[in-house]
Amino acid sequence: MRNALFALLTTASPALAAGPELTIYAPEYFASEWGPGPKIEQGFEAVCECDLVFVTGDVLPRILLEGQGTEADAVIGLSMDQTLRARESGLFAPHNQDTSGLTMPIAWTDQTFLPFNWSETAFVYDETRLASPPQSFQALLDAPDDLKIVIQDPRSSVSGLALLLWVKAVFGDDSKQAWEKLRPKVLTVTQDWSEAYGMFTDGEADMVLSFTTSPAYHIGAEDDKTKHAAIFPEGHYLLAELAAQLKDTDQPELAQKFMDYILSPEFQGMIAEANWSYPSKLPDDQLPAYFADLPRPEKTLSFPEQEAEAIRKPALDEWLSVFAG
Amino acid sequence: MPRALSAGGAVAAFMFALILGTLGIVAVHAGGLSALGPWDLRAIWFTIWQAALSATLSALLAVPVARALARRRFAGRGLLITLLGAPFILPVIVAVMGLVSVFGRSGVVNEVLAWAGFPPVSIYGWQGVIIAHVFFNLPLSVRMILHGWQAIPSERFRLATSLGFEPGDIGRHLERPMLREVLPGAWLAVFLVCLTSFAVALALGGGPRATTVELAIYQAFRFDFDMGKAATLALVQVGLCVAALLLASRVSRPAEFGAGLDRDDVIPAPGGWRCHADGAAIVLAAGFLLVPMLSVIAQGAPGIASLPGAVWVATLRSFVMALISAVLAISLSLALAQSVARGQRWTEFAGMLPLVASPLVLGTGLFLLLRNVTSPTQLALPVTVAINAIMALPFALRILIPAARALQRDYGRLADSLGLRGLARLRILTLPRLARPLGFAGGLSAALAMGDLGVITLFADSRNPTLPLKLYQLMNSYRMDDAAACAVLLMTVSFALFWLFDRGGRIRAAL
Repeated sequence: MRNALFALLTTASPALAAGPELTIYAPEYFASEWGPGPKIEQGFEAVCECDLVFVTGDVLPRILLEGQGTEADAVIGLSMDQTLRARESGLFAPHNQDTSGLTMPIAWTDQTFLPFNWSETAFVYDETRLASPPQSFQALLDAPDDLKIVIQDPRSSVSGLALLLWVKAVFGDDSKQAWEKLRPKVLTVTQDWSEAYGMFTDGEADMVLSFTTSPAYHIGAEDDKTKHAAIFPEGHYLLAELAAQLKDTDQPELAQKFMDYILSPEFQGMIAEANWSYPSKLPDDQLPAYFADLPRPEKTLSFPEQEAEAIRKPALDEWLSVFAG
Repeated sequence: MPRALSAGGAVAAFMFALILGTLGIVAVHAGGLSALGPWDLRAIWFTIWQAALSATLSALLAVPVARALARRRFAGRGLLITLLGAPFILPVIVAVMGLVSVFGRSGVVNEVLAWAGFPPVSIYGWQGVIIAHVFFNLPLSVRMILHGWQAIPSERFRLATSLGFEPGDIGRHLERPMLREVLPGAWLAVFLVCLTSFAVALALGGGPRATTVELAIYQAFRFDFDMGKAATLALVQVGLCVAALLLASRVSRPAEFGAGLDRDDVIPAPGGWRCHADGAAIVLAAGFLLVPMLSVIAQGAPGIASLPGAVWVATLRSFVMALISAVLAISLSLALAQSVARGQRWTEFAGMLPLVASPLVLGTGLFLLLRNVTSPTQLALPVTVAINAIMALPFALRILIPAARALQRDYGRLADSLGLRGLARLRILTLPRLARPLGFAGGLSAALAMGDLGVITLFADSRNPTLPLKLYQLMNSYRMDDAAACAVLLMTVSFALFWLFDRGGRIRAAL
């Protein structure tokens, strides 16, 4: 009886792949059947003679709680705001990849954290509901207040935090005034991206804080060409997701092999339509055509990690003083 | 001969160890508690007043609805009572979807207002938080107060009728003493629920003005990695719980109606305008509670058939896990309720603790504790089952305590004098007498367990996902239509679980 119950609860087939186990911590969305995880697992296991296991959850907090005793051999899905804290933990080892050939809008020189995909923050709209979207960030601030947008909370969401930095990068010392102009247009602030995006697709808001690559999902998966990212000449803030290997892994060769695999054409080719973002090393002509045709901003904004961390707290206080003051 | 420690005492001790112990582990791991900043203090203040307002509104609005349901008889009454309980067991995200579709910018209410030429109303802001909390908790208050009405022995109403009592006299001699006993408990339960709710406050709060303590804990965990602060904030929540419990216990007085003969008589219902008022209370409550759910169903139901197979497997898994959680929750809460009824008040406090335990801090403490024993991934499912049972415990306990007290008061001495003890007492006296509240408590626990994500930040097993986890994954992969269908599925199964237990309890009680 007890065994039957256990079998019922854990229907997943035991690992089919033979060989040593490579444990990779990943965010929940990444390893789900609708994320890139399963394909990557299959692809890597075909070449590594090992069993790749994704362990999901909040990746960095978990690693920091575990310290050197962590069972992770590598991690994937860290966000750019986490690199400083991750680096200071001293738990991670260099990725040993040549990053000069990356197809990213900025040069990447970090030797520890390896980007595997990227996108930029953007406000996404539906042309059937918003015929004339603002043509610049300034125009968005100057738009009438009945234009309603949904954003995410910078205290609980990566994209919400990226918006803080985006505003800082565009408006600098005038950020507070920018927030004050934006505030009446903010319908609500959600805890995470999915809630805000759901409100947008339900027709509750005219624009939602999302990514320049979000329209690709609607074109590729739903054949819906009405969703667009408003491209602003002031520039858009870079969001990359990163991978790294642990210094104290008991599978150093496999972890290194996984780092190599990340920049391989096979891995890179899976990203666009599984992660709905740009792969970090793939020429445009190898992207699906509709993906390569997405409008791209002329300018990509990004703060170095030290600067981003220094900006975060004051920018957060500024945001709170406008939105909660 | 008194035993050293009753079952209830053991459960209570375990709850203390678990909730305060995990908090302590987190604090020790962090090297002590950290100080709070000005924004944290504002979050604490907002948390308290929105919880107090939500609880007061829920309790006050519930009285006319519960009275109307208690004394009126109409076709479909039983079904309506069950359906009105549904919002409480809805997963937060589903409820928010429903409320937005009714009260939101493009919702039904605003479309009607626009058609009639009125300016739109906004749900976003503190009013949204309160509407959502009343939506969630009115069902709980109605049910708890309705139980109070039903617990007044019908002989008292017959006596009142033969004495020629007017509605005002019935109010003074029967209803108000009952409310004095039941209302503080109902208020307390809602207050504590609202203390720890944070997803609701955020989505409908319109901005960071509506920040609750639980969000501040998440921020400390995810962005600042300041576990000391997380522990401090969790401790503040426990402190608020103690204060609220003390307050409620000072206000609550037992009604002392004595034992009745369990006749299933109808409570006398006054006619005239009171009949119309009762009708209006029922219609308004039903409209407020059921329309958002109908809207969610209308949106998601068409997509259910095309949900991928993995979702169905997850549904079955969650169903079984919820059953185990429910049995665990009612076993623990029955033990606690009986020791509360025997006068051990401290066990009641232990049983209410999970309500204010921060799931994130509890999960982090458990993680630190268990990771040396075995892999947290291996433990994901058992930990989820256990945490869901423990999180449902306070609700089950609140439902059982009044009934267990009445049982002890009315039958305790007789049972003692007959030497009825142990399993025999459980089988012959306790279970049959408490069947109705036990069924309700079990249904509630199962439904809550079905809809809960558990502590996915640290204990998730992506190879064996639960249904709420699937919903979360769908939403995070742009698949909002599938997510809507998944939400309807989740709602249906939660409700079915609730109905099964609740029905079972009522049938058993009728035997």
